[in-house]
Amino acid sequence: MSATDAAVQEVGLRPTTQRIVNDFAIQVATVNGSGSQTANLVLLRSIFQMGVPVSGKNMFPSNIAGLPTWYTIRASAKGYIGRKKEVDFLVAMNPETAREDVLTLPPGAAVVYDEPLKLNELRKDLVFYPVPFDKLMQPITSDAKLRRLVRNMVYDGVLSRLLSVDMGQMEKALKKQLGKKLKAIEMNMSALKAGYDYAEANFTKQDPFVVEPMNKTQGMILIEGNAAAAIGCMMAGVTVVAWYPITPSSSLPEALIDYLKKYRRDPESGKTTYAVVQAEDELAALGMVIGAGWAGARAMTSTAGPGVSLMAEFAGLGYYAEVPAVIFDIQRAGPSTGLPTRTGQQDILSTAVLSHGDTNHPLLLPSSVTECYTMAMEAFDLAEQLQQPIFVMSDLDLGMNTWMAHPFEYPTTPFKRGKRLDAETLKKLGQFGRYRDVDGDGIPYRSVPGDGMPSYFARGSGHNEQALYSERADDYTKNLDRLSRKFQTAKKMMPKPDVDMAAEGGIGLIAYGTTHWAIVESRDQLKAERGLQTSYLRLKAYPFGEEINDFIDRHDRVYVVEQNRDAQMLSLLRIDLTPARVLKLRSIRHYAGLPIDGRSVTTELLSQEGEPDLGPKVSSFGTVGAD
Amino acid sequence: MATPTQPTPAPGKKINRIGLEPIAYRGSKTTLCAGCGHNAITERIIDSFWELGISPDQVLKLSGIGCSSKSPAYFLNQSHGFNSVHGRMPSVATGAVVANRKMIAIGVSGDGDTGAIGIGQFVHLMRRNLPMVYIIEDNGCYGLTKGQFSPTADLGSKLKTGVINDLPPIDTCALAIELGASFVARSFSGDPKQLKAILKAALSHRGTAMIDVLSPCVTFNDHEGSTKSYSYAKDHEEPLSDVSFVPFFEDITIDYDPGTSTTVSLHDGSKIVLTKMTEDYNPTDRLLSLRMLRETAMRNEFATGILYVEPDKPDFIDLLGLVDEPLAHLDESRTRPGKAALDEIMESFR
Repeated sequence: MSATDAAVQEVGLRPTTQRIVNDFAIQVATVNGSGSQTANLVLLRSIFQMGVPVSGKNMFPSNIAGLPTWYTIRASAKGYIGRKKEVDFLVAMNPETAREDVLTLPPGAAVVYDEPLKLNELRKDLVFYPVPFDKLMQPITSDAKLRRLVRNMVYDGVLSRLLSVDMGQMEKALKKQLGKKLKAIEMNMSALKAGYDYAEANFTKQDPFVVEPMNKTQGMILIEGNAAAAIGCMMAGVTVVAWYPITPSSSLPEALIDYLKKYRRDPESGKTTYAVVQAEDELAALGMVIGAGWAGARAMTSTAGPGVSLMAEFAGLGYYAEVPAVIFDIQRAGPSTGLPTRTGQQDILSTAVLSHGDTNHPLLLPSSVTECYTMAMEAFDLAEQLQQPIFVMSDLDLGMNTWMAHPFEYPTTPFKRGKRLDAETLKKLGQFGRYRDVDGDGIPYRSVPGDGMPSYFARGSGHNEQALYSERADDYTKNLDRLSRKFQTAKKMMPKPDVDMAAEGGIGLIAYGTTHWAIVESRDQLKAERGLQTSYLRLKAYPFGEEINDFIDRHDRVYVVEQNRDAQMLSLLRIDLTPARVLKLRSIRHYAGLPIDGRSVTTELLSQEGEPDLGPKVSSFGTVGAD
Repeated sequence: MATPTQPTPAPGKKINRIGLEPIAYRGSKTTLCAGCGHNAITERIIDSFWELGISPDQVLKLSGIGCSSKSPAYFLNQSHGFNSVHGRMPSVATGAVVANRKMIAIGVSGDGDTGAIGIGQFVHLMRRNLPMVYIIEDNGCYGLTKGQFSPTADLGSKLKTGVINDLPPIDTCALAIELGASFVARSFSGDPKQLKAILKAALSHRGTAMIDVLSPCVTFNDHEGSTKSYSYAKDHEEPLSDVSFVPFFEDITIDYDPGTSTTVSLHDGSKIVLTKMTEDYNPTDRLLSLRMLRETAMRNEFATGILYVEPDKPDFIDLLGLVDEPLAHLDESRTRPGKAALDEIMESFR
């Protein structure tokens, strides 16, 4: 922040000459259940429609109404869509949090607030814009309930004026948000105008923040990761969905249900080409998916950490009986119930080895809404090709927040159904052995009920190549070794990492999932502020491929950056890598329940390099740990 | 079930209506104890499938964990088997049947597998009325772990070690009726005639057919003081009615005295004929069924027979509104929407 000189106590004292264009974060502090989401999305969408890259992050409580909620909208001309820790423009609507919200702002920030809160008395280094919300709402409606819901649009009007967000775009966004509810649109428009008119008549611009039209969002979409994943699942031809409600996963199956209803009915009979079952718990949800996968259906479930824990036994059955299944884990902050509405990457280690005995599961690691879509399709292919459960490790930040993306491309490759027995193969093989490794890749052939091929007896107990019950040591060991061989095959089939080898011999970074967006920004900061080039490898999957060895070999030291306390991905790397390579690894971790931001990475990396971060200093929401 | 044309039997060979010999319905050799009630149930399952002429490759046989759950390996070798995890067979069956509605599913569970670890999934299976036959091989104890009490063990019954059960048993039949199950029966492994008739009726029922079969554990629970022993069950069984099952493809030849029998038509046209024995029993009256179960239990007796049936209740597949073909067999052209659909969705996010 360079607006530190904008220390203004009262409105209208000192007009600023500084301008910060399309590079700031607005935070709206409200109470959940107050209807602020419409106003926030209209504001986000208006800036987006003006061609300015945006991202929206909701920090909400695990509660239906009455607790504090913060929504952050970031505008970034450079296109950074990760979290920005420092708030530049606060809209303080919640009396409960207003005081702390104001006290934690960096100097020079601006505050729009409900006039009776008298926040201007708290600090002298901020710009304050008091708005009499209740007074402005009086002429709009006499209905107290509607007034409470619509009053949030007043701050959109005020911001439109103060930040130069085009009112025409606001109206367009509002109509998009409310659809055909004409009366609601009319009332919201009145509130919007009331805010705009009040700001125009009473405020002189005191802060430096403005939105100016750009052309960086043309043709793009705004979407949440869970909706993107749902679209991917439908396009992957999912036929059986079993799920149990849990935050932050529920919006994935709910979006999927909406799409399936619309696009997956038989045109002639009106009957469905899918089944969705809301199960009694997550155990049953995965049990149904395993049953359906065994019967040959493309089946999936979606859950979060506590659900994954419950699924452990079935995950092991899927692994050992070799049944395809797709499981989305929209990770939230743990342990235990933890923070159900906050984000993290804390299920990586436990999911990779979920269940007792010797068990491993492939993981897909989407970092963008686009990958939520594409990896959903890859997951169904891999599940059938590898004949085992595949976990897609999304998180709350990705799943429930709004992200920009290019429209998703229609898939060009047909479904990969894996090794399914047919008459020709059976003739070639001579005899069907469900768990016989005929190709040396650890992947056997399978039949499904009703396909006319020989049946077999699937079981979670010890079995031989013929799928018969066996407690023989040689059968058991042979089978476990084959499963291990299959995991080696998986390494070659999982998506390859993205590698940018910009600093060979120097510093490398390894990250995955939503941590990616902080890395993008941190690398730019390191380069611009310190002249420090870094290389970057973004993991897209576990088990790791050969590329990771090459990457580590080509760098002096490699930072593994992730959003958990225990360096979980680093731990998985330690299991796989040679001791010499492990010695090169360092760890940067972020675990505050809030998305990791670029500045936190920069600061921590420099600290471990033995240098202070001389870049913008900010107050910290987050907690950064080091080894 | 369709009515096939009767194949001409080869001389001297015993074949069913689809031309298969009984051996085609057998499984691997049992590994359960000699004299185990479960083996008798296995035999009746084999008889029932053979007599009805159900093609073994059209059958899904599923189980959880325990002695009972081993038994699917001992019948219908050509069927598709899944020995899953303890107490969770209902969910696996739900997924499999939803994925392939053409298959006939039979699940074998035990009293621990159903009444203890699996009670949650059992409850929801009954609620959903998934089309399948669900058998509880009920011996009141955990056999495979050497005889601990199960939730159907009688109050006051004694372990070999002298430990007394001081908790009341769960009546799985009453529970199933309460939960909305559409076919609830109880039988005894040592009553082949009744058990077979019930199994055949269950296989013709559309919806969940739950059968609690008292099946004495010869090793851990066939002693004085156990109400699940052979002698106790034989002495205290109270058949509600004499059950006959008349498949849809057979002529009704049995002659019943008017006023002494009740006939219930199943969805495929086959009939269950219940000959009244001790009382005026109507298996379609839920309240009556529950009252009768309570009363017989209070007399320390087991009511056997078809206790409750609701033939026209929509099953889970009906409720889901699925296409006629198995979901598992739909190809990409049916399950991946065209580009226009994706374009339309993308437009909604602009």
